[in-house]
Amino acid sequence: MIACGAIAREILAIQDASRLDHLDLQCLPAILHNTPDRIVPAVEAAVRAAAGRYASVFVAYADCGTGGLLKAACERLGVELIEGPHCYSFFEGNQTFAGRDEFTAFYLTDFLVRQFDAFVWRPLGLDRHPELRNLYFGHYETLVYQAQVDDPALTHKARDCAQRLGLGFERRFTGYGDLAAALREL
Amino acid sequence: MADDEIILSELDDEELVAQMFDDLYDGLKEEIEEGVNILLERGWTPYDILTKALVGGMTIVGADFRDGILFVPEVLLAANAMKGGMTILKPLLAETGAPRVGKMVIGTVKGDIHDIGKNLVSMMMEGAGFEVVDLGINNAVEKYLDALESEKPDILGMSALLTTTMPYMKVVIDTMKEKGIRDDYIVLVGGAPLNEEFGRAIGADAYCRDAAVAVETAKSLVARKHNQPAAH
Repeated sequence: MIACGAIAREILAIQDASRLDHLDLQCLPAILHNTPDRIVPAVEAAVRAAAGRYASVFVAYADCGTGGLLKAACERLGVELIEGPHCYSFFEGNQTFAGRDEFTAFYLTDFLVRQFDAFVWRPLGLDRHPELRNLYFGHYETLVYQAQVDDPALTHKARDCAQRLGLGFERRFTGYGDLAAALREL
Repeated sequence: MADDEIILSELDDEELVAQMFDDLYDGLKEEIEEGVNILLERGWTPYDILTKALVGGMTIVGADFRDGILFVPEVLLAANAMKGGMTILKPLLAETGAPRVGKMVIGTVKGDIHDIGKNLVSMMMEGAGFEVVDLGINNAVEKYLDALESEKPDILGMSALLTTTMPYMKVVIDTMKEKGIRDDYIVLVGGAPLNEEFGRAIGADAYCRDAAVAVETAKSLVARKHNQPAAH
């Protein structure tokens, strides 16, 4: 399984709970999340490198902002990937997420709450230029924290992230959503 | 005052424009506003200040963004500085009858609230002499169609940041086809998850990967459109 590093912890938890010992996990850098145009070449290279060494390869990415290019690349390579537009959707369940249609929500997963400064605050330059905050987040209303596990410390941190971004806060427990189902089929 | 502080008013025109390029690059809004006012006092036309000092500087910012030397925060700061200069120049440009290259209606599609790229395109299009009508964010097809009818632009620009919202561009273009007005306009699309293939598939005239490309594409397609004999 070639996976986004941002869901590595969750994959390992599912693997452990479901005894999916036949899967080897290789993670690509989670920071690719911030540069979707680099995801396809990175995944392609990893799949090609794994070819011949495994009976099958699974790509643990959704579309992830690639505009359909990752799915097309996976089809060319003859490998499967996770259904859905992104992890926010498959953690909540693609059907439920699509039904919400909440386009003024900014989502954080457990991983993104832990890595908020490295993945959101600093890459957007808000550490150096906090005055840019409203240019980025002015049209957002709520930070939705999608919790994969129950962890009061993470909830506290997520609430703090919302405050720093000037957004309302909602915690939504998702568990692993469609990710668990996708992995158990392998 | 530091010994090495640069006094803008003491620079000659060439040095001042070069310094304004640097100040735009560094996102220094107040310095840009000061530079614009100095050039106005020296008798520069608003159009020359816009094109030679501001757009010239922003073009360098755009090129370095494309080449991975600058990142989004720096581009936003530079754009904010340019906006400061344009706020001074805009009323003067209207008064002095600066050349108009064409007119564009632009907006982010329905279900999408992201407007950073769209705002950059609007600003650079204005800088290139286009009149821009900005519909803002979350635009349904009716809003685009109403604006096309009331504004009669040369170009419709649509922007989307999300994989989930970009298909809405096709809804707009298909509706234009149904109403028989598709070929009356140049349709440009842009946004991070888009690509040329997508632009072609939905029937846009061009996909523009950044604001500089949008300006060049718009100029070229408007010139081509104006050179065509009127349809009968």
